Amino acid sequence: MTDLPEMPCRELVELVTDYLEDRLSPIDRARFEAHLTECEACRTYLEQFRQTIRVLGRLPEESLSPEAREALLTAFRGWSRP
Amino acid sequence: MLRLALSHVERRAIAEEVVQEAWLTMLRSLDRFEGRSSLRTWVLGIVVNLARSRARAERRSIALLDSGGPAVDSLRFLAADHPRWPHHWATEPLTWGTPEQELLAQETRKVILAAIDGLPAAQREVLVLRDLEGVTAADVCNILGLNDTHQRVLLHRARSRVRNALERYFAATEAT
Repeated sequence: MTDLPEMPCRELVELVTDYLEDRLSPIDRARFEAHLTECEACRTYLEQFRQTIRVLGRLPEESLSPEAREALLTAFRGWSRP
Repeated sequence: MLRLALSHVERRAIAEEVVQEAWLTMLRSLDRFEGRSSLRTWVLGIVVNLARSRARAERRSIALLDSGGPAVDSLRFLAADHPRWPHHWATEPLTWGTPEQELLAQETRKVILAAIDGLPAAQREVLVLRDLEGVTAADVCNILGLNDTHQRVLLHRARSRVRNALERYFAATEAT
């Protein structure tokens, strides 16, 4: 495995989503992981990227304004199956 | 649904109309739903179509290829001809030292929402569906009519920009 060309940080940051979605070739995956074991900055970057995704998933649902909710309910009441 | 609509049209009132229109469209055409996709995918597809046509009317067009720019500013890396560390970090990512709970605080939330809002439309569509709504990659491709590679490029750009916004924010707040 030591024969694989090194993956520089600048290349790694472009491949994080491909890595997380398991879409890297086996060779690139090995290069990616080999780089991580040696580079703390990239480990930090990957962890922040994961954190970002987790936080995005927890943004609360935007709720409808009261006026829009009322309009929607009125529309529902007026609706009947043809 | 509202969030998805808001990723296309600027004004909240219009987004709310889109949601309402989507509900009515759904109710009217429920008998035409054939179960080939999940109900959720079908519904989100209706919202995207309605929101896109409203956005066109508002002249906020969706440029599908606006995925440009690197994930991280190239100035933060050493040059290609650096003798020892070509293309390695010159300015490393700033550590956040922030508990995850704090990432959900009101101020941080605003930073994230502003970052999402500032994304090019095509990136925003993919990010909202994938990371906020939790729709699968395959369904996002169906809903938005993208191929898998393009979908991933857009998603990666969008996530990178949100991370960068958080880094800038924490760098500014922790310095004070």
